[in-house]
Amino acid sequence: MNDLKLAWRNIWRHTRRSILTMMAIGFASLLLVFMLSFQFGSYESMIDASVKLSTGHLQVQAAGYNEKPEMRKVVPNPGVVMDILSRTPGIEAFTARSQTFVLASSEDRTRGIMVMGVNPETEKGVLSIATLIREGEYLSPRAPNTVIIGTLLARRLKIGVGRELTILGQSRNGSIAATVVTVGGIFKTGIDEVDRSTVQMLLSDFDALFAMDGAVHAIVATARELLQVGEVKKALQNDPGLKDLAVLDWVDLSPGLKQSIQLDLVSGIIMYLILIIVVAFSIMNTFLMAVFERTREFGVMMAIGTTPRRLVKVMLMESMFMTGMGLLFGMLAGAALTQYFAQVGIPMGGAADLMAQYGISGRIFPRLSWATLLIGPAMIGVVTFLTALVPALRIPGLKPADAMKAV
Amino acid sequence: MNAVTVSDVSKIYTQGDVKVMALNKVSLKVDAGEFVAIAGPSGSGKTTLLNLIGGLDSPDTGHISVNGKAFEKMSSGDLAELRLTQIGFVFQSYNLIPVFTAEENVEYILQLQGVGKKERKQRARAMLDDVGLEGKYDRKPSQLSGGQQQRVAVARSLVSNPTIILADEPTANLDSVNGESLLQTMREMNEKHNVTFIFSTHDAMVMEASKRLITMKDGAIAGDQVK
Ligand SMILES: Nc1ncnc2c1ncn2[C@@H]1O[C@H](COP(=O)(O)OP(=O)(O)OP(=O)(O)O)[C@@H](O)[C@H]1O
Ligand SMILES: [Mg+2]
Repeated sequence: MNDLKLAWRNIWRHTRRSILTMMAIGFASLLLVFMLSFQFGSYESMIDASVKLSTGHLQVQAAGYNEKPEMRKVVPNPGVVMDILSRTPGIEAFTARSQTFVLASSEDRTRGIMVMGVNPETEKGVLSIATLIREGEYLSPRAPNTVIIGTLLARRLKIGVGRELTILGQSRNGSIAATVVTVGGIFKTGIDEVDRSTVQMLLSDFDALFAMDGAVHAIVATARELLQVGEVKKALQNDPGLKDLAVLDWVDLSPGLKQSIQLDLVSGIIMYLILIIVVAFSIMNTFLMAVFERTREFGVMMAIGTTPRRLVKVMLMESMFMTGMGLLFGMLAGAALTQYFAQVGIPMGGAADLMAQYGISGRIFPRLSWATLLIGPAMIGVVTFLTALVPALRIPGLKPADAMKAV
Repeated sequence: MNAVTVSDVSKIYTQGDVKVMALNKVSLKVDAGEFVAIAGPSGSGKTTLLNLIGGLDSPDTGHISVNGKAFEKMSSGDLAELRLTQIGFVFQSYNLIPVFTAEENVEYILQLQGVGKKERKQRARAMLDDVGLEGKYDRKPSQLSGGQQQRVAVARSLVSNPTIILADEPTANLDSVNGESLLQTMREMNEKHNVTFIFSTHDAMVMEASKRLITMKDGAIAGDQVK
């Protein structure tokens, strides 16, 4: 009890020095809470955007299709797969899809593009293109031989709603596939690559045009929660009905996304470590000074019967008080700051290249979670404690007689 | 059993190339209840001897034991424990804990001994009253005069009921009135509670009041006279 009092009062012997130290700890943890929340917020929107706009959380494909997409690598019985998906817990929605590369020509120009066959009814539940129509209408079973195309592609082909597009490709059995379709709508996802090179048509049109015979290239599914994806994937992989097919998750489907996230995370972590080391040195300095200037006092305390152990304990209590107050301040302020920006968002300006690739526009919303709130401050807490241990452990080596002679 | 046994103790300080023989094969026995003064010129080794007896420093050769406990087998923690329960210290300069009040300084020792809060407060205050500091319980050392600080230090050394008190020139910083009353307190403790006192001094009055006078010279005992 008196030791607590002693530690507490010792902190306030050098008010300014102690406050500076606590502020260093506080601002470092504030920064970590905010930065981590920001990073995880941006990853979540990147994943979310990518999942909603192109890959879904999970896909079932023919084995080898993802590595090397070819027309003939098909899921022959999509109905069977969809039955399995519909009774797998954790799956929210799914839709069948086919795709291939073709040449598309307007009156003036020709481009190599990807044409996708989708089922508009089920596609809506999985992917968000239906909500991104800028002109005209989304696909409808009542309007066969109609397609929707990306904004950039429309500009390149100099084509608009109501105009015709000639498609030339190769069907599943190797014969020529050609048709003329009408542009029914124009969409903008914000992902340039998609907007530049994608055309969507009805899955039934695709089936007829490319002689698919009821087969598709992928069943795209979303899980109820991002965090459940791994579990659901495992369950599907173990399903005997899918044993000849490949079950892929969003990481397999867009490895670049995971890599960008990892790269960003690693560079973030390096920065955080540097920050923590700087803070650690400032703490070490404070505590070394506290031990040096109090050497004489330690000598007296040992002379009256205080064990070195107890002195170390008092020093560590001092460090824990200071660290604790710093961390508390940092976490509260960090949480407040994060929550504020979680409401209003942070405008990304021109620095949003990476984000734009994954369809995030304008603002990032940091996301506060227990993890982002606690990881940074916990690391600072541990490092600070270890740093304070170094000078404190000098105490047991002191001889009281020598210590009392120190100035 | 002797309260203090010092046999063949030497202590050499090295400063750069210079070696100082602070104690040269000193042997000494003090019985429980003695009231011993150590006199001698400056630099003769008085402080060094007291520090060694209190286990604040370790000798280069020789053995020391207090109340039958030999120091050489004890860790620094054990020595602190021994000081806490059996030895009281009064230093030449005041050496209080600056962030504690007078009362807390005295109380702290009792807390180290595990005495309960209520008793602690009572005993600390009674002790401060005894050394003439009633009403100054809540002053920090910086708010006390030199003599008052010294009396807090004495109260601190006495409050734990030690069997031996080691005092290094306890009256050196006090005026003659304060010095005499401190000496009076020390003798009372000695006679009533049979506490052993060993103290160094330059003060003729203190030497006069002692019951045994040891004289040191150049790190050795030059005279030992029981009155
Ligand atoms: N830490 C030290 N380093 C080097 N020499 C020391 C040290 N402490 C004491 N000495 C030397 O040891 C000798 C004995 O010193 P000590 O302090 O015991 O003398 P003293 O009798 O207490 O003197 P005083 O009456 O002035 O207090 C002196 O010559 C002193 O210079
Ligand atoms: Mg001395």
